[in-house]
Amino acid sequence: MSKKVIYGVFDDEEVLLSSAKALRSKGVRIKDVFSPFPIHGLDPIIGIKPTRLSNAAFFYGMFGTSFAIWMTWYMLISDWPMNIGGKPNFSWFENMPAFIPVTFELTVFCAAHGMVLSYLLVNKLYPGRKPHNPDLRSTDDKFIMEIQSSENKRVTEDEILSTLRNTGAIEINHKDLK
Amino acid sequence: MEHHSTATVRQPLILGEKTYHQISEDISRPIEGKANNLFKVVFTISALLALWGVGCFAYTIGTGIGVWGLNKTVGWAWDITNFVWWVGIGHAGTLISAILLLFRQRWRMSINRSAEAMTIFAVICAALFPVMHMGRVWCAYWVLPLPNQFGSLWVNFNSPLLWDVFAISTYFTVSLVFWYTGLIPDFATVRDRQMKPRMRKIYNILSFGWSGSAKQWSRFEEVSLVLAGLSTPLVLSVHTIVSMDFATSVIPGWHTTIFPPYFVAGAIFSGFAMVLTLLIIMRKVLHLEDYITIQHIELMNKIIILTGSIVGVAYLTELFTSWYSGVEYEQYAFLNRATGPYWWSYWSMMTCNVITPQLFWFKKIRTSLIATFIISIFVNIGMWFERFVIIVTSLHRDYLPSSWTMFHPTFVDLGIFIGTIGIFFTCFLLFSRTFPVIALSELKTIMKSTSENPKQPHH
Repeated sequence: MSKKVIYGVFDDEEVLLSSAKALRSKGVRIKDVFSPFPIHGLDPIIGIKPTRLSNAAFFYGMFGTSFAIWMTWYMLISDWPMNIGGKPNFSWFENMPAFIPVTFELTVFCAAHGMVLSYLLVNKLYPGRKPHNPDLRSTDDKFIMEIQSSENKRVTEDEILSTLRNTGAIEINHKDLK
Repeated sequence: MEHHSTATVRQPLILGEKTYHQISEDISRPIEGKANNLFKVVFTISALLALWGVGCFAYTIGTGIGVWGLNKTVGWAWDITNFVWWVGIGHAGTLISAILLLFRQRWRMSINRSAEAMTIFAVICAALFPVMHMGRVWCAYWVLPLPNQFGSLWVNFNSPLLWDVFAISTYFTVSLVFWYTGLIPDFATVRDRQMKPRMRKIYNILSFGWSGSAKQWSRFEEVSLVLAGLSTPLVLSVHTIVSMDFATSVIPGWHTTIFPPYFVAGAIFSGFAMVLTLLIIMRKVLHLEDYITIQHIELMNKIIILTGSIVGVAYLTELFTSWYSGVEYEQYAFLNRATGPYWWSYWSMMTCNVITPQLFWFKKIRTSLIATFIISIFVNIGMWFERFVIIVTSLHRDYLPSSWTMFHPTFVDLGIFIGTIGIFFTCFLLFSRTFPVIALSELKTIMKSTSENPKQPHH
């Protein structure tokens, strides 16, 4: 059996949303949606789990805090204690107020950059990558729903096509995958 | 789509009959079109000023900072004034993109991209000054926590100057990635419009191969929100730490606890003035009047009234505190500011920062482009004088009257200041013709709800 991809093209995000709901209620699996901007409320309908990037950012931030605490302790308390302006240098804790700014900055630095690097990594974004949006108009004003026939054994292709047509798709395109 | 009626309380943020496609067209036009003569003239002037600045920087590096007007008493003058001025200008960009995002202010969407670009270029200009002031710029890496070659003597984490190194570098890099993360989908829009393979290739590299799938957008929104949450305390910390460069020194006029909030308010005040200066020109030259509307200008002017008034109250509080402290050095520092040899800079500061922004209480003035433009220039000048007053008037008459002196800038001081203005405008002009100057994908999300009579798609 040849693998077939159906692209339903919409020109309004709300029409696409109600169409996606109708397809889901018939048991159709929607592979992906390409849009020029985020469509709110789409993720639960097509089964996208909430991203865990913010949890990752929290741990990167904690790493930054710990690193800053270790760095200030090692450099100014342990390795070469310096008496600066009579400020106590016997223990990290006594000198801690002066270390707060650097600790804060390193926390933000690690959380922000760690999160952005993870984001680029999981989204597979890097200079020179080939974009895989099926239609050039999907970054301008069209919203494109991608349905793979091989994933939808229980629903006939004709049923998918007629649902798409009846729920407001302005165009339906096919592509055969080898 | 009747339920998507335009809000009646607020005026529309996008004027004219727009469609999603029209937004892509309008924002991509400056990138795809040819530069007009006005652009070429302004760009040439900015580039020449930037070159003159680079020349003065080179002269400073080659000869030493003795070519500046600094002396034994006034060891900090225009260099640090310019540093604080530029960093402060940068703060409005982060306020607009991060703090207004957290407050869900939709009017930020037409202006955040260019304001963030302004932040990045302003921080670059700012960073040049402390690096140049080091004298031996090739030793600039000594401020990093690296062991020196004689043994492991480390940097001093008790010093606000070192806190500044961490604050400014974090601020610059985080602002840069925040800006770029938002740019990626918009570069993809520009990429997919290009017919010429070369342009397509360039914008594909810039867009990192963005495709706009549902998962990518879901992560995009999360990253934007968390970066806004991180940038908000970051921007407040940066100017707090800048103010501590002064506040932790035992110098009359500097050693006050009001400095952090007073500096942060002043930074946002001056930053909004610079955003207005730039945007009033940009909306005209790039024909973006439908997106950067009078309402946007008015809202920014309201922030100018608020922050300008905070700055005014801080000036008066400083005067009161110096009198009430009973410390005669502290009292003299302020008396000297207002009536000493630098009285003209003090009163320029007072006029530009405290009086002129109060004109925005009149609706006619805050909705007038010409008046706003003129007042924004006044605020830019006033905020430069504020830093000059704080720095030079506190130093030039120190504890020992025999070393009292004046500061006289040299042509090099003037050259590098004007040079950074040239660098700033050159970068901004290049940005305005190669990057999408408005966050178009974000703007499309609010088109239906805030557009003036949006065109409905046909079915």
